[in-house]
Amino acid sequence: MKFTKAVVLGTVAAGALFAGPATTARADETVRIAYIDPMSGPFASTGRLGEQHFRFAIDRVNAAHAAGNRTFELVVMDNEVSPEKSLTMFRKAVDDGIHYITQGNGSSVAFALSDATAKNNRRDPNHAVLYLNYAAVDPALTNEKCNWWHFRFDADSDMKMKALADDIVASPNIHKVYVFNQDYSFGQSVEKAAVAMIGGKRADLEIVGTERVPLGKVTDFTPYIAKMRAAGADAVVTGAWGTDLTLLVKAAADTGFPATFFTYYLGARETVQAVGMAGKGDAQISEWHENVDAPEIDRMAAEFKAKYNENFYYWRVVNMIDTLAAAMKKIDSADPLKVGQALAGMKFQTPLGAEEIRADNHQLLQPMYVSVLAPDMPHMFPGVPLGFKTIKRFDAEETRLPTTCAMKAPG
Amino acid sequence: MQEILLVLLNGLVYGLLLFMLSSGLTLIVGMMGVLNFAHASFYMLGAYFAYTISVGIGFWPALVIAPLLVGVLGVVVERYGLRAVHRNGKLAELLFTVGLAFIIGEVVPLIWGRTAVPYRVPAALDFPAFTLGGINYQAYRLFMMAVSVAIFAGLYAALARTRLGLVIRAALTHPEMVAMLGHNVPRVFTLVFGAGCALAGLAGVIGGNVFTTTPGMAEALGAIVFAVVIMGGLGSIPGALIASLAIGFIQTASVTLDAPLGAVLGRIGLPLDPHGALGQLTIAHAAPAVPYLMLVLLLALNPRGLMGARAD
Repeated sequence: MKFTKAVVLGTVAAGALFAGPATTARADETVRIAYIDPMSGPFASTGRLGEQHFRFAIDRVNAAHAAGNRTFELVVMDNEVSPEKSLTMFRKAVDDGIHYITQGNGSSVAFALSDATAKNNRRDPNHAVLYLNYAAVDPALTNEKCNWWHFRFDADSDMKMKALADDIVASPNIHKVYVFNQDYSFGQSVEKAAVAMIGGKRADLEIVGTERVPLGKVTDFTPYIAKMRAAGADAVVTGAWGTDLTLLVKAAADTGFPATFFTYYLGARETVQAVGMAGKGDAQISEWHENVDAPEIDRMAAEFKAKYNENFYYWRVVNMIDTLAAAMKKIDSADPLKVGQALAGMKFQTPLGAEEIRADNHQLLQPMYVSVLAPDMPHMFPGVPLGFKTIKRFDAEETRLPTTCAMKAPG
Repeated sequence: MQEILLVLLNGLVYGLLLFMLSSGLTLIVGMMGVLNFAHASFYMLGAYFAYTISVGIGFWPALVIAPLLVGVLGVVVERYGLRAVHRNGKLAELLFTVGLAFIIGEVVPLIWGRTAVPYRVPAALDFPAFTLGGINYQAYRLFMMAVSVAIFAGLYAALARTRLGLVIRAALTHPEMVAMLGHNVPRVFTLVFGAGCALAGLAGVIGGNVFTTTPGMAEALGAIVFAVVIMGGLGSIPGALIASLAIGFIQTASVTLDAPLGAVLGRIGLPLDPHGALGQLTIAHAAPAVPYLMLVLLLALNPRGLMGARAD
């Protein structure tokens, strides 16, 4: 033991003495990760919640020396969810010598950052940057607009729709599906995917209507519910989030509309709290929820709650930072090119099962859960006696979709 | 037949709701000539006050206390803020209310947090009153409609039939004359502003639990109440009611129409590429934009709005 330590110290001393290129492993190397997300403006609460999860994940990695002799450090940069502002922050990160960036809120921001990363790395390979995306879900990011330096740790919206659609197709009680979305790029892509993946997949299953409403402009959803009712819908598929989703689900409950809502974003704590008991029986798709049987993540969630007094939400942030650390430890390097090569095609186990980062488009395949809000669950929301209950689990491999990505590996 | 009935009923519910939300603003804009951009913020305060009070002592006391609190706040704002900037003209007043809206918008999340508070419909009214075409109508919605009608009757009677109403209306157009007749004009304005804020607060108490009580609720309300007030004609209570109902009926009816816009325009002689983006658009799709379209059309034809006496 003592011998190895002495050797390491000796190497460090030699490295420092000759001031040679930093090819030899230095002890206590600091890997800075720039977190570029909203810290002010209307989405600040989302950005702050993300920041807490990153601090939590990084503290865990550092305490366990999971990245070898490297410590992670979070550098928070406010982009106000603006692509232009994000590019300024990206430039600043590069100028500060940061090699890892992460972002999640807004696919428009993600496109800008992915593009900037690709350009920067082509022009200046010595200051290459690796982009870790934890929440921007536009499928194009890992398809027609994919980029070798971009890795996504959240399932894209088509993968999520596939899981929801598989569950709907497998539910014999659902015959008529209504597709309801907010009218912008994300809502449109959800609608397209829903129509393609549900329509005609079973003889007695049909899409009875599609509707899009402007973001945050509708006060009373009753007329829309009346329309769904008239169409005979027994399930509603929606990518809506925030107040629109809340008002939609509440209007359905108030008017006694019995259809099940299949959502992307019902699980956000503020949505459940605003919806209240009206959300009972409605479904969401996610990579984890509080009632998934995984004691290790339960402990993490309890620890997070004790530290920040907030509910643990982004399991995938912990998963992403753990995976990054594991890759660095394995190749004993923090060089973004080498780390990217190690991450591509990497297979690993998490408390939820086997996962894989696809080599062909750098999309993480992870288990997904369709769950419904049910009473009497072990974990329930504060003030609302409901918790998510898994009704269907998908293995990572089952979420794989064909990709059109034709990216070129650097070098 | 049943479909038409459904549209009429949903339109009536929505229209009366719009009237309730905009009644306080029409009072302030019409009777004081102040474009109050903080109106929706007072609405939000009403909802938050009602939440806090209803947690402590229940919904019914909150229904009385919360609007009064908001009204008192309105009086204080007018007496010590708005009155001071009044002499600098309309633009100063407008900027003052914009600033006020920002301040309230920042203070509310500091006190109650950034996420929605669980402000719920009282259990006594949380049951389906009747069912039409498979749609339940919650008793609370009927209560909301009743309050809206009561506000209309009360305001109309107070302004058109009482001595106080006479003084208020006179103070708007001839303040010096009214002052010379021995009335305290600034106090009249303070009263009107307080009453307008109290009405906004009342709308918050009643709307906050049906919709959601979040720091974003003021922003979400914003534009539509101005559309109602301007369409109705500045200062006209009956005008605001008619505008609210018209918006309610037309918007609700548009939601049910799935006919593509291209086909409809084609029939009236405006050919539109049926496969282009605009041709594919259905009327239902454009429904949320209908109130603003109506507003623009009406202003182009009659700048005073439906029943407005003033054009300024």
